[in-house]
Amino acid sequence: MKRRTYLQIGAGLVVLALLAWGVSRGLERLATQPESSAAADAPSVPGASVPRITATLYYGSEDGQSLVAVRREVPLAEGVVPQGREILGMQLQPAPSPFVSVVPEGTMLRAFYITERGDAFVDLSPEASSRHPGGSSTELLTVYAIVNAVTANLPTIQRVQILIDGREADTLAGHVDLRRPLQQDLSFVREPKVE
Amino acid sequence: MRGTAAIALAIQLLLLASWPQAQGTAPGTPLTLLSRDGRRPIPTIVLSGQELVALDDVAALFQVAVREDTLAGGLTITYRGRTIVVSTDQPMASVSGRVVALPSPAVRSGNRWYVPIDFLPRALGPIYDTRIDLRRPSRLLIVGDLRVPRITARVDMPGPPTHATIEITPTSPVVVTTDAGRVIVRIEADALDPALPAGGGGLIDAIRAGDQPLTIAVLLNERAGAARAVPADSGGVTRVTIDVSPVLPPNETAAAPPPVAAPPAAGTPAPAPPLFSASRPALQTIVIDPGHGGDDVGARGARGAEEKTLTLEVARRLRALIEMRLGVRVVLTRQEDRAVTLDERASIANNSKADLFLSLHLNTSLGGSVSGAEVYYARLDREGEDARRAAEDEGVALPVLGGTMRSIDVIQWDLAQARHVEASEVLAGILERDLRAQVAMSPRPRHEAPLRVLTGVNMPAALIEMGYLSNANQERQAQTEAYQSSVAQAIFNSIVEFRSYLESQRTR
Repeated sequence: MKRRTYLQIGAGLVVLALLAWGVSRGLERLATQPESSAAADAPSVPGASVPRITATLYYGSEDGQSLVAVRREVPLAEGVVPQGREILGMQLQPAPSPFVSVVPEGTMLRAFYITERGDAFVDLSPEASSRHPGGSSTELLTVYAIVNAVTANLPTIQRVQILIDGREADTLAGHVDLRRPLQQDLSFVREPKVE
Repeated sequence: MRGTAAIALAIQLLLLASWPQAQGTAPGTPLTLLSRDGRRPIPTIVLSGQELVALDDVAALFQVAVREDTLAGGLTITYRGRTIVVSTDQPMASVSGRVVALPSPAVRSGNRWYVPIDFLPRALGPIYDTRIDLRRPSRLLIVGDLRVPRITARVDMPGPPTHATIEITPTSPVVVTTDAGRVIVRIEADALDPALPAGGGGLIDAIRAGDQPLTIAVLLNERAGAARAVPADSGGVTRVTIDVSPVLPPNETAAAPPPVAAPPAAGTPAPAPPLFSASRPALQTIVIDPGHGGDDVGARGARGAEEKTLTLEVARRLRALIEMRLGVRVVLTRQEDRAVTLDERASIANNSKADLFLSLHLNTSLGGSVSGAEVYYARLDREGEDARRAAEDEGVALPVLGGTMRSIDVIQWDLAQARHVEASEVLAGILERDLRAQVAMSPRPRHEAPLRVLTGVNMPAALIEMGYLSNANQERQAQTEAYQSSVAQAIFNSIVEFRSYLESQRTR
């Protein structure tokens, strides 16, 4: 009798655990379903079955004079750091037409991590500096496209420091100070545009 | 019989005396034709006191057709269907049916026909495609719309101090520089028409055409000290006033404070105020930073213009302007094409105890259409604010000579700009306004940004992007003397205005 009672209680607990798991998975799917369907509509995004979020990314305006905020689908990732990597990976890809890329072609994301103080570190490959055309304006657009892409999509991050090839860098091309983390600056951004 | 012989002798003497005149003599200085193609001499002769030019030379130079016209009783000169008839017995010509007076009729000498040189502006000028201007004193014949200002000069007061004036008519942009005992005035023109004095006076040995084209050199003698030249436009004339002071005796220095004057006795006029204030001037040293250099070319235009070269050119122009017209010490972070790190640039400014730091750059854009100048001043984000607060809170008292203590603010060396952000913002506003008066500005003319070269300088500072090398027109423009001089003049005006701002801050 006692043994049967224990078995019934055990079975009940298993059923409850399964129900709880099922409910949580179902809610998660419900939460991510709209992004997935939206992504499926975007012909430029491969792998439509992967859950996605809509992120705000920053590209150069057609005249190269300012940044334009563009909403794009990026894969959903578990946790802030993996999500940051996905966002930056998309940011470093060529700009959608008619915008221009403000990050030099060939620049790769080497690493992305967050310190205990909440500052993010974006480690870029050397092309970010070696292929940069120079000039204060273009350099500011490059730096703030990265800083804004991180801070606008990951609200827990207030500041971003850019590293080049794993090390602290003075500047990308002789102008913008990269020795310290930078705060978001939307003064270079024109009105947002939905892709 | 004796009478007849005397008459024959007199006729022979008269013929002998008139023979060289009939052949004509060459004038002392040849006439020079000045056109877009350059200079070339025009041969002339003097006959019966008139300077004449051969019509076949005129035909070759101006592509006109010349023929004798017995029916019209003169010579016909034709240019593109338009005709001039020059009389051979009257001092006149008919230009497209209109009668024009000439100093003499056409003259035949040997097998060539000659006309007075006034024929060129008076008769040929009205039917020719471009303007023909004869400048007799300088013996120039200017063909076309060339800018050839007249230059006169005089020593007004030998002194010392010596005061001289150079006048340029009509008004023309000038750049004044000093170079080893000389003041050089460079005039923006196609050519110069100088009428300069034979000698100098006082501390000036001579005022003459410079070694370089389009320059006038004021040669100072060994007794000359500092020279100051100020150009100003008025009444259609640009006047460059030059003041040369004598060399100070070794026991006197410019920095020495003036002696305290005794109170004036009753009835005597009050002495003139001292030239220099005993207190330190608000603006004593300016550091100009020509961006990039050496291997670091900076931005590069499609036609090959390099940022590092243009920034140095403008920096040199600006230095010359400031030194000549303000008498303020100017330090360049680099004098030639060499690499200087950003920390070195800040260090030069801080060690020079500069009162102002100006970094010169040229911009690029990812689109080729953007153009115009921009001004930047430092934004230091959170660290800068922290550094400023810490400097204010953690002042250190250090002992100084005389046994007293002096309070010193200690600030993080690479955030020294934190104490000057407000003044730098004022400076940027002044620069934007003065640049706009001289050159086109970009649609975003003023920015606050975390620029590396500005953060470590311990004085008001700004960075000036003088134009966009990514724009083909602006690249071409940025290489011209006119554009560089305009930018330098605008920055100079801003420096003068900012000095007043600094002085007003002191009195507050």
